[in-house]
Amino acid sequence: MEKRAVFGGWVLPSVLLAPQLAVTIVFFYWPTSQALWSSFLLEDAFGLSSRFVGLENYRTLLTKSDYFRAAVTTAIFASLVTTLSLSMALLLAVQADKSIRGAGIYKTLLIWPYAVAPALAGVLWLFMFQPSLGVVTRGLVALGIDWNPLLRGEHAMTLVVLAAVWKQISYNFLFFLAGLQAIPKAVIEAAAIDGAGPTRRFWTIVLPLLSPTAFFLLVVNIVYVFFDTFGIIDAMTAGGPSKATETLVYKVFSDGRLGGDLGGSAAQSVILMVIVVALTAVQFRYIERKVAY
Amino acid sequence: MATLSLDGVCKTYPGGVVAVKGVSLAVPDGAFAVLVGPSGCGKSTLLRMIAGLETVTAGTIRIADKVVNEVEPADRDIAMVFQNYALYPHMSVFDNMAYGLRNRRTPVDEIRARVGEAARLLEIDQLLARRPRELSGGQRQRVAMGRAIVRKPAAFLFDEPLSNLDAKLRVQMRVEIRKLQKRLGTTSVYVTHDQVEAMTMADVLVVMNKGGADQIGPPREIYQRPATQFVAGFIGSPAMNFLPGEIGGDGRSVTVAGTRIGLPEGVRQQAGRRVTVGLRPEDLVPDAHGALEITIDLVEHLGTDTIVHGALSGLALSAKQLVVRLPGDREVADGFRIQFSVPGDKLHLFDAATGARV
Amino acid sequence: MVERRSFSDLLAHAILLLGVGILAFPVYLCFVGSTHPQDVISNGQMPLTPGPLLFDTYYRTLFVGSDRTTRDPVSGMLINSFIMASIIAVGKITISIVSAYAVVYFRFPFRMAAFWAIFMTLMLPVEVRIYPTYKIVADLGMLDTYVGLTVPLIASATATLFFRQFFMTIPDELIEASKLDGAGPVRFFIDTVVPLSRTNIAALFVILFIYGWNQYLWPLLITTRGDMQTVVIGIKKMIVTSDALTEWPIVMATAMLAMLPPVAVVILMQRWFVKGLVETEK
Repeated sequence: MEKRAVFGGWVLPSVLLAPQLAVTIVFFYWPTSQALWSSFLLEDAFGLSSRFVGLENYRTLLTKSDYFRAAVTTAIFASLVTTLSLSMALLLAVQADKSIRGAGIYKTLLIWPYAVAPALAGVLWLFMFQPSLGVVTRGLVALGIDWNPLLRGEHAMTLVVLAAVWKQISYNFLFFLAGLQAIPKAVIEAAAIDGAGPTRRFWTIVLPLLSPTAFFLLVVNIVYVFFDTFGIIDAMTAGGPSKATETLVYKVFSDGRLGGDLGGSAAQSVILMVIVVALTAVQFRYIERKVAY
Repeated sequence: MATLSLDGVCKTYPGGVVAVKGVSLAVPDGAFAVLVGPSGCGKSTLLRMIAGLETVTAGTIRIADKVVNEVEPADRDIAMVFQNYALYPHMSVFDNMAYGLRNRRTPVDEIRARVGEAARLLEIDQLLARRPRELSGGQRQRVAMGRAIVRKPAAFLFDEPLSNLDAKLRVQMRVEIRKLQKRLGTTSVYVTHDQVEAMTMADVLVVMNKGGADQIGPPREIYQRPATQFVAGFIGSPAMNFLPGEIGGDGRSVTVAGTRIGLPEGVRQQAGRRVTVGLRPEDLVPDAHGALEITIDLVEHLGTDTIVHGALSGLALSAKQLVVRLPGDREVADGFRIQFSVPGDKLHLFDAATGARV
Repeated sequence: MVERRSFSDLLAHAILLLGVGILAFPVYLCFVGSTHPQDVISNGQMPLTPGPLLFDTYYRTLFVGSDRTTRDPVSGMLINSFIMASIIAVGKITISIVSAYAVVYFRFPFRMAAFWAIFMTLMLPVEVRIYPTYKIVADLGMLDTYVGLTVPLIASATATLFFRQFFMTIPDELIEASKLDGAGPVRFFIDTVVPLSRTNIAALFVILFIYGWNQYLWPLLITTRGDMQTVVIGIKKMIVTSDALTEWPIVMATAMLAMLPPVAVVILMQRWFVKGLVETEK
């Protein structure tokens, strides 16, 4: 993994690395360490002084019901979005992998939503499902559903889930398609000659060979739900109604907005950091082991 | 146990490209048929049509007297060994071999027995727990064959299975494959571009050229009486020499390279016909009074034989090259001149325009 | 699919068309919404087909903005978004390519430490360090500036890793030949490494441009002035909770305009986009 031939000296490389390291230190490590340090402090009511309290902030958080509720919300959100967008993307990828006419055009038409900002996706779906003037709302009302995401938590959650799934299908589709196309055609043909019909082939050959991709996407999707959906939530529900759609990240944002509990907010950030590090570590470990068949 | 027969089988792709034109072939039960030819001649396409992996545009394919054109590959009772083995990467060797039987709901005991038997036959019984990525090329090849054998199909299909092996292993494996097939008695169709493999393994040899079968028959017959110039030049190593010639006025001799050679007794050709004369390197006999003379410019010592390349003397413009096989103990070197003669019955005459044997 | 079944092909087309339709539907409605007058929409009477007001609405959107809320012309926001996305994309690429070059082609003490320091930032998305970072930017006086908008997002580990991975595939023989030809590190970089990296740079540019354009949380915090808003933020501000006041045609037109550049980039540069996406994740 090392280059055999290199250049000597250390002045030039230091100069080259300086910009990145500078920004990294100033805007990554310094704030992170600040957050870490703050999480162990408790400020007084006026914000004038603070004292070291160890893990007290964390303890408070983990026992507070609204943090717990945000965690549950995030978990529900994550499972729904992940399951829905992965399965729909897989379905589409399997169809696109068949050699039918226009496969390339379908691919282009299925990838472009990746370019849409999460916040914009939120706005689009908001427009469609707006309680008083949304087009889809009309349809729902006609079906007898009293649609009101501004009042009913589960409606708001549904809305946010739909927008998040919509946005993420393209990404998953792309990776699933690449994974499917990486399976050698001869292996599929051998399975066919061995008497396996399309369904049996899918479950016994295709899915197992697709599992590294699937696992990778699972982790990526979870990270996406945790962090990148901020824009969707902010644009659509601002965490409401009554915190029904407040995820952990959103809570960091809204708690911080209100000012006050600096220590608590920092502790929340640190907990999120730990989660991401864990997820990323799991991913690297797994990918390393399963690299090539 | 089954016969395989092809009747006027054709394949044209949607764009208009003709891959196979009208091949008819009868493979007796238990015979080993080889499809040989250069890249693009249609042999793999033909094999895939027999397997059911490509559709048939015209003609019929019969396995065990049953027309299978519309039958899916899974139901044709065939097994195939792919060029890159196509083993299931995520399964152990045992599961790779058992897969086909499991799909047909064979009882577990029988699966174990059949896989064990095939593994012993192929000497891979120590490898049953391993994954394909832990095996060498030769081992993977055996597993691919094992997967085919356990099914006890009506026919085996081989798609250039030895191409990815090194030369020595290739020679060893082709003997093993042939012995195995003889022992099992399963009708087989084998595709290769290597004419040595083709000659040594075939019961029925099919030489393909540009989508059509130029000649079908036992290897010996194809070697001794090639039906077209293409077959004559493709089969045999070193390749046959070709010289332009013309049939003599009486139809009983041919003039080539400035000499007249008499045709065998009882043979009469169309007088004045333009032909291409084929001369195999081993049929040129050193003869101090021979009419053909070459000046050697390259000598290849093989041990038992010596191959010499030389330019024909006495030919007007292009100094035509001849390749001649001599006994290994003969003393030769660059610059030597040797005279040859050719017996009339060793001439292969092909129509100069069509390449067909005359 | 090995078997020949036209039913299977038909099913494939049906499912794919359904998929394409589902993905396109919200955007289609958005477009329709941008062509109808305000009152038609507010009364819940918007039809499923486009309306008459194409040019007016877009003109107003671009140059006048939403009357009742932000009053900022969207064209200004589009420019901000464009500047931000371009700076981020170009900045990230430049910084990362030279960093990767330093890490791969030199040996010096702390080299691995520097590499790991960069690598670790993969695990820290901006949402996690949001408030402390905000405080630093504010203290440095960079609020409401392009610098503040872009610089904190510019040191990306992904791009550096991406280039490093690519550099590892460049044969050693090239640098050896260059050295024999008397080239120093700078020459080698400019004459050999950069030209070889062209497709990778293009691929990364697509991904980073979209990333920069679609940024939400960070610009939300950093920009307070109306004229510094990016279009993605601007849209949010146009939607007021009491929606009788929201000018939906303008909002929809803004959304269409906001989606246009990144989607165009993806479609026009599809091959690079796919390459960039697939290879940055390895």
